[in-house]
Amino acid sequence: MPSLCTLWLKEIKMERTQYKQEINITEPLMNRINELISHYPEGKQKSALLPILHEVQDAHDNWLSFELMNKVAEILQIKPIEVYEVVSFYTMFNQRPIGKYMFEFCQTSPCCLNGVEDLMDYTCEKLGVKVGETTADGLFEVRGVECLGACGYAPMMQLGDFYKEHLTKEKVDQIIADCRDNKITLHDK
Amino acid sequence: MLIVEIIKLRYTINNMSQKILLEKVNIPGIKTYEVYRQNGGYTSVEKALKTLTPDEVVEEVKTSGLRGRGGAGFPAGMKWSFIDKKSGKPRHLVCNADESEPGTFKDRYLMEHIPHLLIEGMITSSFALGANLSYIYIRGEYMWVYKILEKAINEAKAAGWLGKNILGTGYDLEVYVHCGAGAYICGEETALIESLEGKRGNPRIKPPFPAVSGLWANPTVVNNVETISAVPWIVNNSGEEYAKIGLGRSTGTKLISASGHIKNPGVYEIEMGLSVYEFMNSDEYLGGMSSDRPLKAFIPGGSSVPVLPAHLIYKTANGDDRLMTYESLSDGGFATGSMLGSGGFIVYNDTSCIVRNTWNFSRFYHHESCGQCSPCREGTGWMEKVLHRIENGHGREEDIDLLLSIQSKIEGNTICPLGDAAAWPVAAAIRHFRDEFEYHIRFPEKIKNRDHFVAEPFESVKHLVSKVTV
Repeated sequence: MPSLCTLWLKEIKMERTQYKQEINITEPLMNRINELISHYPEGKQKSALLPILHEVQDAHDNWLSFELMNKVAEILQIKPIEVYEVVSFYTMFNQRPIGKYMFEFCQTSPCCLNGVEDLMDYTCEKLGVKVGETTADGLFEVRGVECLGACGYAPMMQLGDFYKEHLTKEKVDQIIADCRDNKITLHDK
Repeated sequence: MLIVEIIKLRYTINNMSQKILLEKVNIPGIKTYEVYRQNGGYTSVEKALKTLTPDEVVEEVKTSGLRGRGGAGFPAGMKWSFIDKKSGKPRHLVCNADESEPGTFKDRYLMEHIPHLLIEGMITSSFALGANLSYIYIRGEYMWVYKILEKAINEAKAAGWLGKNILGTGYDLEVYVHCGAGAYICGEETALIESLEGKRGNPRIKPPFPAVSGLWANPTVVNNVETISAVPWIVNNSGEEYAKIGLGRSTGTKLISASGHIKNPGVYEIEMGLSVYEFMNSDEYLGGMSSDRPLKAFIPGGSSVPVLPAHLIYKTANGDDRLMTYESLSDGGFATGSMLGSGGFIVYNDTSCIVRNTWNFSRFYHHESCGQCSPCREGTGWMEKVLHRIENGHGREEDIDLLLSIQSKIEGNTICPLGDAAAWPVAAAIRHFRDEFEYHIRFPEKIKNRDHFVAEPFESVKHLVSKVTV
């Protein structure tokens, strides 16, 4: 009889494999990966795992499927479990498809003092989602995250590689409109 | 005559608040290598590599009394002198730029606006330690700063400050940036090393200390961005000159990140020894409270250090002026003092709720606990739950003592200080604001709205608590 643990793992795996991801390690991406590996001594290529996962995730709609993680393990010549355990530890790696524009509001105390909670409510209402949900068109997602290191410029959120600070309802409206018009750069490559 | 007076006045003001790290930050284009170099950049590398031995640089840093700016305040020179040089293994310097302590955003300011200062500090410090391969570990959320640093490193390399045989002295050094991916715990030095090795950020048991066995089991020194950035000035001007700035054992200047209910939030460089009153109220710094509401509480060193109530902010329990130094802020121990920590200065006015704030921090620590030690993994979650129910009007009278009991069992019982950091704010909040917790428990209908103290600050309803006896 399989143990509870294996059943649970199986369930997670089944849930995750519902989502399909097309893997495409392009030449520029592979060059960047090799460059990152070269930052560490011979035989210590595993150290490049976190920076590589960022690059790979950015190039694959901002999430990492099992297949993609296996691919990274293959490139780095490490066991797949060594990639899974890292991906599940760090909050910036997503294990399921997420909204294209993910609004990550900082909800730690200094931001709360400056009204981030009201702003999150406003954004959620405007987009018709709850915190942690993706809009039906797959375009937006609202999340509450812990301190992003912008306490003096609160309230703020992270969008892709960048911070949007000193937010107001009007600024959020503008950002949403810019996202819809495809005017927002998510990653600086 | 007036002009002379103004110049004199400006001179005294400038003299009063000496800038070391942010001295050149307002020069247009200082982000670029050319402008940085034209303004005296990289002279410390020239001086160290050409005229000093590594041990002499370490001595200068020791003399300067520079203390670790990440939070613990351990003397940097002493930390450097512990590095194992006998084993013959390669040595590494790792810069801790994983700034994630709530309330702290100074390192980001430094790296974003004057990135070459950190690179210069990395080269001089690596030379002192005999390291030939050094890393800057930056938190993954600061991705645009990562790019700024990468660019700065490339510029420095192109100009011959990095690579093989730097300045013809035979010293080789490579510096790389490495990014994390969203884990507060990686700011702890051994967790940071684990993460740099491509693993989960679980802190290691010490000893062995990183100075003996750190990155890839090699001797490693981990220093904060601000600590490393102070090294060029020390090498240029001598450790003795640095030690003249500041007060007592708190030498030099410190970056303070100020946030919360104040007029001018932002990053400030202060000379240690400045009074908290002046820092809070002068126009040069925070400019007083925003919307002129009364001050209720403040946290001087990031979320991990104890919160202080209004009557202990400007004066210590003995009635002395409270100063911005390691010693003065911790005067009175945890009973009536706090800590300078990382310099994350969070100010609360009378509309803020201490219970809500404590719950918020507990949620943070619960989220960020790596899960290795059970007291922290379970305790932080338990505290969060209890605080959540108090804040939401479902608290029980015995919950306050329960919180104290949980926090006392986390404190000191974990591998790394995250457990302590989670426990201290809870204990301090109850120590100084117990009546506010009692109010939440006894008047659940009054705190239903999350902004409960905005319309009705606690001061105006405080009398209710004492009337109810249990």
